[in-house]
Amino acid sequence: MQRDSASLDVTRRKLLQAAGAGSVLLAFHLPLRAAPAAGEAKPTFAPNAFIRIDESNKVTLVMPQVEMGQGIYTSVAMILAEELDADIAQVALEHAPPSDTLYGNPTFGIQVTGNSNSVRAFWTPLRNAGASARAMLVQAAAQQWKVDPASCSAAKSAVTHAATGRVLAYGALVRDASKLTPPATPQLKDPANFTVIGQPLKRFDTPDKVNGKVVYGIDVMLPGMKFATVALCPVFGGKVGHVDDSAAKQIPGVQKIVVLDDMVAVTGDHMWAAKKGLDALDITWNEGPNGNVSSAEIWADLRAASQKDGVVAKAEGDVAKFLGQGDRLDEAYELPFLAHATMEPLNCTVQLTKDSCEIWTGTQIMSRVQGTVAQLTGLPLDKVTVHNHLIGGGFGRRLEPDMVLTAVRVAQQLDGAPVKVVWTREQDIQHDVYRPVYRDTISASLANGKIQAWKYRVTGSAVIARWLPPAFQKGIDIDAIDGAADIAYDIPNLQIEYVRAEPPAVPTGFWRGVGPNNNVFATECFIDELAKKAGKDPVAFRRDMLGKTPRLKAALDLAAEKSGWGQALPARAGRGVSIQTAFGSFIATVVEAEVDEHGEVRLRRVTAAVDTGIAVNPDTVIAQIQGGLIFGLTAALYGEITIDKGRVQQSNFHDYRMLRIDEAPQIDVHLIKSGEAPGGIGEAGVTASSASLRNALYAATGVPLRRLPIDRAALAGKKNA
Amino acid sequence: MATLKINGESKVFEATEDTPLLWVLRDVLGLTGTKFGCGIAQCGACTVHVDGKPVRSCLLPVGGIGDRAITTIEGIGATPAGASVQKAWLDLEVIQCGYCQSGQIMAAAALLAATPHPDDADIDAAMAGNICRCGTYVRIRDAIKRAAAARAA
Ligand code: FES
Ligand code: FES
Repeated sequence: MQRDSASLDVTRRKLLQAAGAGSVLLAFHLPLRAAPAAGEAKPTFAPNAFIRIDESNKVTLVMPQVEMGQGIYTSVAMILAEELDADIAQVALEHAPPSDTLYGNPTFGIQVTGNSNSVRAFWTPLRNAGASARAMLVQAAAQQWKVDPASCSAAKSAVTHAATGRVLAYGALVRDASKLTPPATPQLKDPANFTVIGQPLKRFDTPDKVNGKVVYGIDVMLPGMKFATVALCPVFGGKVGHVDDSAAKQIPGVQKIVVLDDMVAVTGDHMWAAKKGLDALDITWNEGPNGNVSSAEIWADLRAASQKDGVVAKAEGDVAKFLGQGDRLDEAYELPFLAHATMEPLNCTVQLTKDSCEIWTGTQIMSRVQGTVAQLTGLPLDKVTVHNHLIGGGFGRRLEPDMVLTAVRVAQQLDGAPVKVVWTREQDIQHDVYRPVYRDTISASLANGKIQAWKYRVTGSAVIARWLPPAFQKGIDIDAIDGAADIAYDIPNLQIEYVRAEPPAVPTGFWRGVGPNNNVFATECFIDELAKKAGKDPVAFRRDMLGKTPRLKAALDLAAEKSGWGQALPARAGRGVSIQTAFGSFIATVVEAEVDEHGEVRLRRVTAAVDTGIAVNPDTVIAQIQGGLIFGLTAALYGEITIDKGRVQQSNFHDYRMLRIDEAPQIDVHLIKSGEAPGGIGEAGVTASSASLRNALYAATGVPLRRLPIDRAALAGKKNA
Repeated sequence: MATLKINGESKVFEATEDTPLLWVLRDVLGLTGTKFGCGIAQCGACTVHVDGKPVRSCLLPVGGIGDRAITTIEGIGATPAGASVQKAWLDLEVIQCGYCQSGQIMAAAALLAATPHPDDADIDAAMAGNICRCGTYVRIRDAIKRAAAARAA
């Protein structure tokens, strides 16, 4: 696959030397469509969309997936460098430009970073890309030396012919290798011979993050740029009525007041002027039909919907018959709306002229951003340039193009000068796409201490139907039921159902942990209640039903051992376990927590045993589990967006609380060595957190909470759970 | 015209006295290492030092700063505590998305400058104002202890 190398050339970009990371060159945030300048080393060996090598021996690796903290740039570089036998300390990294053809995520068919699948989806394509390029370089050297390619070897960006001691750097082979045809099926390395993959490599993106040098989308500065901030109608779907801007216009630094049908923006010389200007506007909103929507109504609707039969997504054995036998238990578990609250508030910088549009932002969906901007502006696709950036937190929020479209609509009212639109935290939280409310209901029957029938119904919004319509088949949201259908336990009779129930007015979207968040929570809470009914220890009860999932059983054993499962704890302290196969990783988690007489919870310790197959960068896997656990525990302890009069009631971190360092537990992550293909890890810690916490509180108090966030009054015994 | 002493240099700029230092740094002077997270002193992303003390720049009007010395993330590496914190942060690979980390590093550097051997309670007190949405707290705690040990050695 020959690529237009001009579109990706590095010339006009300053290559930033990453202090402390050897000589890894980072070309982040700089224009990706720069024309090649005179004097740049030419030609370039570009055997595929991911690799470019020039005659100066510079190896540039193009990152198909976006870096938002999950360490993917380092992991992708490691996979490519491993099979390419490139010197990992000398590679340059570059953001991919928008292109579904070249950089589409194999799972989704479009260019998207999400679902914890970057390593899983790109594992084989990247290995092939690296191995194919390596084979061509080796062949080029062998031809030059007139020897058998099999007698040559490659390492550290050079080919060696050991018998004669000859060595050629990749840069010297660029011309010859470019003339060769890539092998149809490149020979991949035996994982036993990996020298890069599996090493705890230092991340490439972090050195510039300790000194303020890194440029996120929100940090973009352009000559003549104006700063803007926006206000949308506080009621979902409402419109602007009347705007009195007389006071705002008096504020020094305010430039322009932009009034559109559904939002108002103020531009200024800096964010403070824009914000003060916006605050000084007297806006009357037409609230529209949603002015009475409330959480109470949404929950009543959801509970009613969950009584209906759902579309059957999976059925095995005879559930109806066996649910009627043995000891039966029926429970329901409920999860609230959640905002993403990425640390970097939503933002986008736009320069729009008559015949082009440039976008600077951080997005998880490069090509979709480009496409929707082209649609909005009527410009041809190739006149829309998207400069992606390192992202200050995605968590699914940046799977949406709304911030970009809003910024472009503001820019349409300006005169072609660049404008940076930054959301206040209040707007960011009150105009999110929210993790939907879900209600998962489960019925099961026990025989001889094991589950013999299991009926599981998920009721909630079908995010996938909006976000990826072709994937919404037969009325089933494959994400919402993912963790339910993929159940790890040996259960002879089971049925999984889905009921679509869209909340009125409130937009819903993907949120870190996605469907498995509700599935793992409901399943693992319910399993603890079944264990109690069966009179069994929660670990032993699970262990006896994991015959078909030995990797999970091994993780459970390790977590039990490392957490001191079964050892005595003080009064009102407890351990809770949960297990999962979500995202293709096998994880068992034990949370140890205590509850005071007011129902306040203190997290004592978390132990996780993780089998994610081959851990490309083991330290990154550990970091993702640690961070994911904190993210999930935050939601379990505090996270809830509520709606009153059609508005989100929370607005900033004082009422949408985050776990802080003084509340964070000790976290011990134990990786299990494995030669299996890599699993996903970015979201797995989130889904691992909430049921294990809840089960710890169940053990500590005997109170079976069945909603999140946790109810402190119920834990204090002041009301029923 | 106003003047502030930032990272040892005099910076002249134009902004009304009520403008928070955060926006002067970021939007007027182009020192974008200091981050906006909440605007209401809840997250710590905007932390800078004023005469060595950690301050939330999102609520600090420039008119009241006078000739006190401001240090930002761009300048903290020049201080011994700052340099040791930055090194420990990289050694232990604390950072994920990194957006909160300017503020975390500024808070940690101020802590170590004032309390060379912080215990867990000191760390809690000094760092609880800084939210990390990526959940890097475990490593932040370890890195502060490592930086403290390195400075003692
Ligand atoms: S932006 Fe100042 S504390 Fe959050
Ligand atoms: S590293 Fe992402 S918010 Fe702290």
